[in-house]
Amino acid sequence: MSLGESASALGKVENTGSARHGGEHWLSERVLSAALLLLGTWFIASLVLLPSLDQATITEWLRDPSGAVPMALFVIAAFRHALDGLKVVVDDYVRDAGNRLALNTLFFFLAVGGGALALFALARIALGVAA
Amino acid sequence: MAAERPRPLSPHLTIWKWGPAMLVSILHRITGVGLSILGLAVLTWWLVAISGDAEGYAKFAQAASHPIGWVVIIGLTWAFFQHLLSGVRHLVMDSGHGMELGVNKSSAILTILGSVFLTAALWAYLLGVAQ
Repeated sequence: MSLGESASALGKVENTGSARHGGEHWLSERVLSAALLLLGTWFIASLVLLPSLDQATITEWLRDPSGAVPMALFVIAAFRHALDGLKVVVDDYVRDAGNRLALNTLFFFLAVGGGALALFALARIALGVAA
Repeated sequence: MAAERPRPLSPHLTIWKWGPAMLVSILHRITGVGLSILGLAVLTWWLVAISGDAEGYAKFAQAASHPIGWVVIIGLTWAFFQHLLSGVRHLVMDSGHGMELGVNKSSAILTILGSVFLTAALWAYLLGVAQ
């Protein structure tokens, strides 16, 4: 059974129940939730432990690989998990198939665009010339 | 395939007696949507502000220290802790554990107590350090 397989043997025979896909989405949401448990805790703990939250201190923190790399992972995992979660909410509550597709597409664009913007900003901080 | 008459709907929110498990389930969705949209918008704005000039960061800091900014940021930290704790509870339940009525109710109440405690502790610490 592959990770994405979500049909039971009986369901396959009867040709009912699961659409035989969606398992990947379900699993992605949970694997990333475990990643965010670590990365989110790291993020909050780091902000708490920084001596100050001014621009210079944060820049110094994010210029070091020990700050920049987990932060990049946090951004990627957070945007992907948000997209996974919003899709579940949209699929649950939006009845019209056209509206559902439109809203899922909108959130997809927002997540990719927002994630790209956040990563670009992070790269600029991490790789920029020291002020 | 046009529906000839409306399909029967399962009883919805208004008909159930409210309990901790139901409340936490709903909170998990609301905090998830809030973190996905508002939380990631703030995170992205924060990264972009740090990557830019001092003026841009001052604008972010000004917005964050506005009364509405305080409500948003403290609200987001509570949403983060609530979603994190009920997310862990969901992972346990995904594994088939914690479904018994008593355990399920207690774990739901614990996520709420935990998120309020962690939010209060975090901000008590941060505001204590700032002074």
